[in-house]
Amino acid sequence: MSKQECSCATPRQVATGDRAILPEGARTIPIYVMGKRYEVPETLTIMKAMEFAGFKFLRGAGCRGGICGACPTVYRKEGDYKLYFGLACQTVVEPNMYLAQIPFYPANRAQYEIDTIKPAAESIHALYPELFRCVACNNCTKACPMGVEVLDYISAIKQGDIARAARLSFDCIQCGMCASRCMGELPQYHIAQLTRRIYGKYIQPRAEHLEKRVAEIESGKYDATLKDLQSMDKEKLEKLYKEREREPDMAPLGTWMPKDTQYL
Amino acid sequence: MGYTPEMKELIKRVEATRPARVERARRGENFPALSLEERAVVLEKFHPDYQKEGRRAVRVGRDKGLVLPDEIATMLESRSMLRPDKVDLTKIDFDTDVLIVGAGGGGSSAALLASNSGLKVIMATKLRHGDANTMMAEGGIQAATQECDSPFYHYLDTIGGGHFTNQPDLVAALAHDAPLSIAWLESLGMIFNKLPDGRLDARHFGGSSRKRMNSSGDMTGAEIMRVLRDEVRNRRDRITVLEFCPAVELLLDETGKCAGAILYNMETREFFIARAKAVVIATGGNGRLHIKGFATTNHYGATMDGVVMCYRAGVGTTCLPSTQYHPTGVAYPEQNVGLLITEKVRGLGAHVLNNEGEQFCFPLEPRDVESAELIKEAVEVQKAVLTPTGRYGLWLDSPMIDLLHGEGTVRRELPAKFIQFARHGIDISKEPMLVYPTLHYQNGGIAINADCETVIPGLYSAGECTGGVHGENRLMGNSLQDVITFGRRAGVSAAAYVKKGVELKKLTLDHVAGYEKELAEAGIDNPMVAPILLPDYATDEVASRRMAEAIQEAE
Ligand SMILES: Cc1cc2nc3c(=O)[nH]c(=O)nc-3n(C[C@H](O)[C@H](O)[C@H](O)COP(=O)(O)OP(=O)(O)OC[C@H]3O[C@@H](n4cnc5c(N)ncnc54)[C@H](O)[C@@H]3O)c2cc1C
Ligand code: SF4
Ligand code: SF4
Ligand code: FES
Repeated sequence: MSKQECSCATPRQVATGDRAILPEGARTIPIYVMGKRYEVPETLTIMKAMEFAGFKFLRGAGCRGGICGACPTVYRKEGDYKLYFGLACQTVVEPNMYLAQIPFYPANRAQYEIDTIKPAAESIHALYPELFRCVACNNCTKACPMGVEVLDYISAIKQGDIARAARLSFDCIQCGMCASRCMGELPQYHIAQLTRRIYGKYIQPRAEHLEKRVAEIESGKYDATLKDLQSMDKEKLEKLYKEREREPDMAPLGTWMPKDTQYL
Repeated sequence: MGYTPEMKELIKRVEATRPARVERARRGENFPALSLEERAVVLEKFHPDYQKEGRRAVRVGRDKGLVLPDEIATMLESRSMLRPDKVDLTKIDFDTDVLIVGAGGGGSSAALLASNSGLKVIMATKLRHGDANTMMAEGGIQAATQECDSPFYHYLDTIGGGHFTNQPDLVAALAHDAPLSIAWLESLGMIFNKLPDGRLDARHFGGSSRKRMNSSGDMTGAEIMRVLRDEVRNRRDRITVLEFCPAVELLLDETGKCAGAILYNMETREFFIARAKAVVIATGGNGRLHIKGFATTNHYGATMDGVVMCYRAGVGTTCLPSTQYHPTGVAYPEQNVGLLITEKVRGLGAHVLNNEGEQFCFPLEPRDVESAELIKEAVEVQKAVLTPTGRYGLWLDSPMIDLLHGEGTVRRELPAKFIQFARHGIDISKEPMLVYPTLHYQNGGIAINADCETVIPGLYSAGECTGGVHGENRLMGNSLQDVITFGRRAGVSAAAYVKKGVELKKLTLDHVAGYEKELAEAGIDNPMVAPILLPDYATDEVASRRMAEAIQEAE
């Protein structure tokens, strides 16, 4: 059987769930987990390679999809002085990589009241005075597995540009790698979270139509309608369902109105 | 990295058929869709929910006789990890007003609302706070806030989408509270996609009559989760978060009220008795049971623990037999396996192809039908590609999109997917993707009413672990709304119940002992031990070297 046929023929065994198998002819490579050598199939992520080798994660695995920040990993490659950073669930193993996971890194977090905080940069500066210990070494940005411009958002906060900092830090998954490398010992991601909440609550414009709708709901405007719907038989519901008018795709928000307005 | 040389050979077959397929697509011709009868046949034979094999009736408990996937039935027919008669229930380790089990969106909302009334709250969770399906939701959250929309239409869309199998009081609660939930999140400082004047930038979605999908970039769930978690952390005087401390059993008191749970510190392997006047179960979904071996979009801890614990205590389920599979999960590269590829790719014209580069189905059938057709092509027709890690995959011909709509469309319309694949050396505007159906959402679960009450006094539940809100089919954006609406309701209900005055009597695990007796009487020997807490991904080879049969327990 040729190799090519092999990759489409009936498998002897099929990988199930997240458990990888080694089909005939697949190559393995050596990796070093905390200095100890394991042979794992190439193309696996660090996370699945470690599971293949027999590890069962307790810490160090969460979403398994690159968004929760549970699996930050540092590694070096043989003969390369550079330190690399990645998420174990997203980074593919390379031959002779030496890796360790850092699933937790301590960082101080300031307590505050979102409802009473003064929405200004001074509030952030007061809660996190260590902001001004930043020496602009850029270690944080280099360590960020999400490609967030960490130094830039820290600088924006120092300069009082809350909107810019909120935008720059939006992709942060709070994995802690930046804090682990920081010369100034800043908890960057906690500072960014506070900044984004101030932005979301006080600086981004409020949704007025939402405020109106909330008032309508609280005044009981829809109670009777919703009660009727609950006791309606399937036939009537189906009829109403089929008769729904569809808001046109291209109509700008807030401009279109249905012909039948009795249920609005 | 990219595709292996063997896969690249196979891609040539896709490229060979592409010009003709693109020509047909330009003429508006497509592979014919199935008739309703044909749909029924393929669903019956290949959709995991319809197939007879792999499903069986559960033999014990409140829903005895209900036909469920094997994996779920086995989980319900499980025994406790504790010997109920050997547990000393007089030594109380934690004493609190409200115990929340699970710290995703549902649990965190419940904790915040319960703490609003000044009560003491403990939130125990399996992994870290926020390691949850909530964190993973990208698309958005529904709420009827725009002028042309109303709770009436939200109700209709939801119940129609659920094939009218939803529980009406829950749908009404969802439609009613949805705008309140969004306003609450906004007041907590969540960032939404908005127009310059502050209007929520809402979009259409599959099954919508109005633009009702609100979002925060393409990481709506993560933004919700970050904000809720941050707010919980601001209240550490009222909310104690116990991480890596899952609940493994519910506690009742002699009078049958819920009275807390037994928690298990997975790191030190200690058990704790947590007594509570009210308990909220918000443990999320079950993707990690890998029903029928499917990969999943779910987080590492999605193992259905809450349903198992509640079932053992006598709480029934709603819609549990129904599971949502998404037709296009990633099959390669391995690091992305199971992750979602949005329906939009097919919406933009990409064909689904077998290993010969041939079309075998209409690419935009309803989700369940499409999934069944892919499974058929792999399992029965045997024309799937086999990946280097032994997975089935079918081609999703994304390069067609640029040919149909102009160079650059893929990059512009699918930026996140483009980057995700580019990271692994695959340019999806030039090379097709490999996909296979993936386990996405637990449609059913713990039976509740609109106040999140279960049949046991003092026991509440909210979120993906419950059933009825979505009936047998969930619309996009309704589950994030589900967890905020019902998480908040559970917090309010539990607090009100505690405030009325709850007097706990002697704690018992009699329900566990009784359930195990029932197992024995049903002739179920050697039941598995559950909740399983985490999936086990050891290979057979590693497992065999653990010599389970040969070792002697040191304890
Ligand atoms: C990839 C993906 C994309 C999605 N996209 C969308 C979308 O765009 N829109 C939408 O509306 N929905 C979406 N969903 C669905 C939605 O995200 C979930 O249904 C919802 O967030 C579930 O919230 P929850 O609080 O019920 O459960 P979760 O958020 O999963 O939280 C449950 C928590 O309970 C913990 N837990 C489990 N067992 C125990 C135990 N025994 N003891 C203690 N704690 C325990 C878990 O570890 C977890 O922290 C998506 C889901 C996924 C996976
Ligand atoms: S900014 Fe820091 S915490 Fe956030 S993702 Fe980057 S390294 Fe992780
Ligand atoms: S690592 Fe710390 S000191 Fe260096 S640039 Fe980043 S925030 Fe500043
Ligand atoms: S496990 Fe969540 S980011 Fe890797």
